[in-house]
Amino acid sequence: MADDATHSAADAAHASGPGMPQLDVATFPHQMFWLVVTLVVIFLILSRIALPRIAAVLAERAGTITNDIAAAEDLKRQAAEAEEAYNKALADARAEAQAIIAETRAEIQAELDEATTHADAEISAKAAESEARIREIRAGALESVEQVAKDTAAEIVAAIGPASADASAVAAAVSDRMKG
Amino acid sequence: MKEDRRVATESTNSDGTPQGNGKMVAYGLVAIAVVLFILGLVDGYDGSLSIHPMDQFEVAPLFGDGPVGLFTPSNVTLLMAATVLCIVALMVLGTRGRAVVPSRSQSMAELAYGFVRKMVEDVAGKDALPYFPYIFTLFLFILFANFLGLIPRSFTTTSHIAVTAVMGFGVFFTVTILGFVKNGAGFLSLFWVTSAPLAIRPVLAIIELISYLVRPISHSLRLAGSMMAGHAVLKVFAGFTGVLGVAGIAPIVGVIAIYALETLVAAIQAYVFTILTCVYLKDALHPHH
Repeated sequence: MADDATHSAADAAHASGPGMPQLDVATFPHQMFWLVVTLVVIFLILSRIALPRIAAVLAERAGTITNDIAAAEDLKRQAAEAEEAYNKALADARAEAQAIIAETRAEIQAELDEATTHADAEISAKAAESEARIREIRAGALESVEQVAKDTAAEIVAAIGPASADASAVAAAVSDRMKG
Repeated sequence: MKEDRRVATESTNSDGTPQGNGKMVAYGLVAIAVVLFILGLVDGYDGSLSIHPMDQFEVAPLFGDGPVGLFTPSNVTLLMAATVLCIVALMVLGTRGRAVVPSRSQSMAELAYGFVRKMVEDVAGKDALPYFPYIFTLFLFILFANFLGLIPRSFTTTSHIAVTAVMGFGVFFTVTILGFVKNGAGFLSLFWVTSAPLAIRPVLAIIELISYLVRPISHSLRLAGSMMAGHAVLKVFAGFTGVLGVAGIAPIVGVIAIYALETLVAAIQAYVFTILTCVYLKDALHPHH
């Protein structure tokens, strides 16, 4: 009995062979006491410090994510608007360019038409003038031919029989022959 | 895969610490673990087949050799203090950055928080969330006590039926009192299975009552039993190593395999204890089938 008292509970369990220290009732109050202390400490640390902190962080993160998503939606909408405005400007510019092209084309066409008319008029005027001159020259030429013929005939008559040379008779004869 | 990894580290490594630091710490921990592991294996080798697998569970005072009194600092005290320190390190120091983009440790703390919170909400319902801090306390204590017990030469507080019984009966009485406070006598409808034919309801009520009363015992014995069995098997295998000499490499491989299994069991038992607590809490809050 005295020996048992000097031995610790663990030694007693050891000495009795393959005993289970788990069933050593002497250590139960000790373990239970420290377990309760530990659990209370853990609970206080968690509920006072850790859990509010983590909950706050998670809430903040959720808020940040929501805000970021909202901002992203906003930016996306802005981008769509900008694209729309860009497309509109592009279409406007294209339409304007078409209008300018058409206008310029019409202007050039008008100028061209005017120039053509002008040139046509000038050409016809020039042609008429030339025709008049040609007619004049042709008339001049006929007149000269008669004169030359009369002169030549008078000369010939004078050469053949100077006595009978009657200038007006010769000229009348030539005119008569040329008409015939 | 590589791409995934890179993205993952970038998103978690928000505090700007170079990744090399974390790797060095990990290698250091592995080295310490290996040294402790070998020390644990060669411990108590005297060349003969004298394996004492239960010695590791002995509650011994830290100083001197006297009997273990109520307030005596013992290995129980030491390991429970280490458990508290680990929880403080993870849940308080780990989250001190309060970062919107979390660091690794904050990520782990948030993961544990979200895991247990979701479990409570899914199993016991939204109105059980006020009890989440208590359940989270139990979960973290069991998880860290189990893991710390896996360090060679340390002590597993959760392998003792005295410890798990306090938690198991604590849950049982809390839940039972809560059930009567919340539902009054209506809590007894938990044992009255209305979906069964009237004739066999009394029989079912007796069976339900017995199974309800057995809950705290199975709840606590499951945890203590798994922890004790795993550690005892580890010790037995380690004991063979000393006897077999060169062939001792075989039990060492066995020890490594069982160690991996025990790591799994440590986490699973914490999970099981917590989810059963949630189930019991659900019965207390919603006793009607």
